[in-house]
Amino acid sequence: MATGLAIPQSGKDAASAFDRKRRLKLLTGLAVAAAVACLPLVVTDVYAQNIIILTLLYAALSQSWNILGGYCGQISLGHALYFGTGAYATTILYTKFGVLPWFGMIVGGVVAAAIALALGYQLFRLAGHYFSIATIVIAEAGLVLVNNWDWAGAATGIQWPFVPDSWAVLQFNPRNKLPYIYIALAFASITWLTTFSIETSRWGYWWRAVKDNADAAESLGVMIFKSKMAAAAISAFFTAIGGAFFAAFVQYIDPESVMNFQLSLLMALPAVLGGIGTLWGPAVGAAILIPLTQVTRSYLGGSGQGIDLIVYGLLVMVVALAKPEGLSSLFTSRKAPRA
Amino acid sequence: MSGTPLLQVQNVSRRFGGLVAVGDVTLEVGRGEILGLIGPNGAGKSTLFGLIAGALPPSSGRILFDGHDVTSLPAPERCRRGIARTYQVVKSFDSMSVLDNVVVGALVRYPRAAQARAKALDVIEFAGLSHRATAPAGELTPPEKRRLEVARAIATEPKLLLLDEVMTGLTPAEAARGVDLVRKVRETGVTVLMVEHVMEIVMPLVDRAFVLHLGRELAHGSAQEVARNEAVISAYLGDRRRAS
Repeated sequence: MATGLAIPQSGKDAASAFDRKRRLKLLTGLAVAAAVACLPLVVTDVYAQNIIILTLLYAALSQSWNILGGYCGQISLGHALYFGTGAYATTILYTKFGVLPWFGMIVGGVVAAAIALALGYQLFRLAGHYFSIATIVIAEAGLVLVNNWDWAGAATGIQWPFVPDSWAVLQFNPRNKLPYIYIALAFASITWLTTFSIETSRWGYWWRAVKDNADAAESLGVMIFKSKMAAAAISAFFTAIGGAFFAAFVQYIDPESVMNFQLSLLMALPAVLGGIGTLWGPAVGAAILIPLTQVTRSYLGGSGQGIDLIVYGLLVMVVALAKPEGLSSLFTSRKAPRA
Repeated sequence: MSGTPLLQVQNVSRRFGGLVAVGDVTLEVGRGEILGLIGPNGAGKSTLFGLIAGALPPSSGRILFDGHDVTSLPAPERCRRGIARTYQVVKSFDSMSVLDNVVVGALVRYPRAAQARAKALDVIEFAGLSHRATAPAGELTPPEKRRLEVARAIATEPKLLLLDEVMTGLTPAEAARGVDLVRKVRETGVTVLMVEHVMEIVMPLVDRAFVLHLGRELAHGSAQEVARNEAVISAYLGDRRRAS
């Protein structure tokens, strides 16, 4: 009888500790978002504001990548395909049919999710490295297709028309970066919140189980194929939203700028650097990687082509050696020392 | 339906190329009993477990669970019907906490994560792992990992629990605690089919024993009958008797 009474008590303690931890995480997220929202008051330089926008964009993109790659353990190196889908869907719908980018963005997301499901149906038969290689190949095939698609501008790309400042079509004076900062912040916040809420839902547990040990997961009733498909669709949807935002932001897209292999890497790297499969990993990684990339690029100019890639490589090597769990693990105090 | 045995394995075989891992095995497990599946290394015990749990399909034969043919059902569906298993080589989710490992099992019965967490807390208390609830599973000691495997399986609220050498590698004191846990599980109404190597542990625990040798049935009956069976002694215990 004594133990019978003790069970609900300790259960309640653990449950309330769980809720406290969740609330703290959410408050931390709010605080970070609020701090970033205030950043433009201090940082007024247009070039620096540009870096903030790109950092937020990549934090969001990497967060989206992290859902499939980090939580579910399916390392995709072809996410540029979904990014390009979002960018092209939005741009084509707007420039050719006059559909507002806000709507085009959602269409792009849905199309990308559908592509992810169609590809996943075939690719999730492949394990580990084979899956990753297949994603690279398919994204490259997509790049070649768009490069030769005359109606969509082929290799020359598509220019957005110049219009006065407008929230409806997401176009603003090039000196006024504030709206883009807030849109990118909203995008990053939405992907963060999505991850935050899925993390402790059934999908979240299933994804981590699939990643850690698929055999054991299956014996516990986890639907492995369905789990991977759900992760792929959600991940692709948000990646395409990022592509749509990028298209509106730069007002000109071509296959190289929105479907390049390097983009796929740039979506995966912040998560790897910051902590793969963690809530804060992508944001922490992006906050380090993106400013660094932008600064090295501008200082080295045209002569330094590829130096930024060397920098990524070095960073990943340093992290792999010193902090294999990713940099965000520096912020979580772990009492138990590793034996 | 309570008249039929919980599990019926009928003439099941499994071949890997030319090797017959399990050959024409027929066995029944009654409701609420503990059946010990014993046999020397390579007898086909773990393969038979895999066939019952749905990890791999049989080459021939039928498997009935609760009166229904489950031969063609995949593992997750069998788990939903009430078959849970542990692995001989532990397969914990090492990046997740002990509690989260058990939550994955509980989600089969409680799709809402909050309920699954409440269920998982009860189960780790039952399995004696509460003090390790927040530890990453990768940091557990081997006996704790075995306990976690059992806890995870119990969280799926199985009718039939398949335990694959859960006592292996434990010290006698740890094994005694393991035996207590298995008894406790059975008291909650769960039927247990256990593979075990260490005869001193299995024999007092099980109601009946089924002996596999080279993939085929060698004998079955009560623990005492099996232990006295000449064929069993020569195949399995023979060396030990000669040695003493």
